[in-house]
Amino acid sequence: MKFGVIVFPGSNCDHDAYHVISKHVGQPVDFIWHKETDLSSYDAVILPGGFSYGDYLRAGALAHFSPVMDAVKRFAAEGKFVFGICNGFQILCESGLLPGALIRNAGLHFVCRHVNIRTENINTPFTSAIDQRRVLSIPIAHAEGNYTCDDETFNELEENGQIVFRYCDENGEASAEANPNGARSNIAGVCNLDRNVLGMMPHPERACEELLGSNDGRDIFRSLTKAIAAAANNN
Amino acid sequence: MKAKVYVTLKPSVLDPQGKAIHHSAELLGFKKISDIRQGKYFEITLDDAVSEGQARESAEKIAKDVLANPVIEDYRVEIVQ
Repeated sequence: MKFGVIVFPGSNCDHDAYHVISKHVGQPVDFIWHKETDLSSYDAVILPGGFSYGDYLRAGALAHFSPVMDAVKRFAAEGKFVFGICNGFQILCESGLLPGALIRNAGLHFVCRHVNIRTENINTPFTSAIDQRRVLSIPIAHAEGNYTCDDETFNELEENGQIVFRYCDENGEASAEANPNGARSNIAGVCNLDRNVLGMMPHPERACEELLGSNDGRDIFRSLTKAIAAAANNN
Repeated sequence: MKAKVYVTLKPSVLDPQGKAIHHSAELLGFKKISDIRQGKYFEITLDDAVSEGQARESAEKIAKDVLANPVIEDYRVEIVQ
């Protein structure tokens, strides 16, 4: 089992993701420079948070044209796991690997704090080890996390169980007050139809140690590890 | 030859920055503004040898693939000599 963390110019959560995979997941992990075009030795790649290309034009827009993204598209098409966190989520939307788009927060501010999220679908490779009754406390840090999509896409997401996480209050209620950025229907994370590509605005890699205020993020990485092991057994 | 590209948010997409600008304009004393929407403007300078048709074709492709995100934005291309 091998993880890769893709490093774009301007990524800044790459080391956090690397740390979590090596220390808490306990699996081999490489940094992958964005000019790399061969991902064949990996089982899962993480597109980390940060400000790829300085967020020029739109957050994630220019990273879409990095050489590695063609390889990421092929990797995803092969059914391997792609996990975009924050800027990584923005890049996946810009690249068309996930539906919708992330626009400026409704309140205009950069929001950096712990939020509560609930898991809407535990039947994904990224959420199978999560206790669905539990509200997860995971930090966000973004100015463009306001998830938007048209009605047709939204209905498809709902019907296909592609809405994976929603912002909620401490009781699990997805209220307007618990929505930190104006995201449509409190959406915090979505997956593709095949469920092997997930994007989320909250940072689970920053929530894997009690010292940092929460270790609720571990269940997501634990789920992914289980899914990779299961996929390897099937092959 | 120049191509001018205007990128605007689709009418259905919320524009919080435009709303903030609208509010500032009202504070300046302009009370009869019903809406302000923020967009982006690009100037693409092409080689002189390029025909107007080719310039339009290139600018449309750049606008569609890079400058605008079709999920949330519309674009318009103008060619000027």
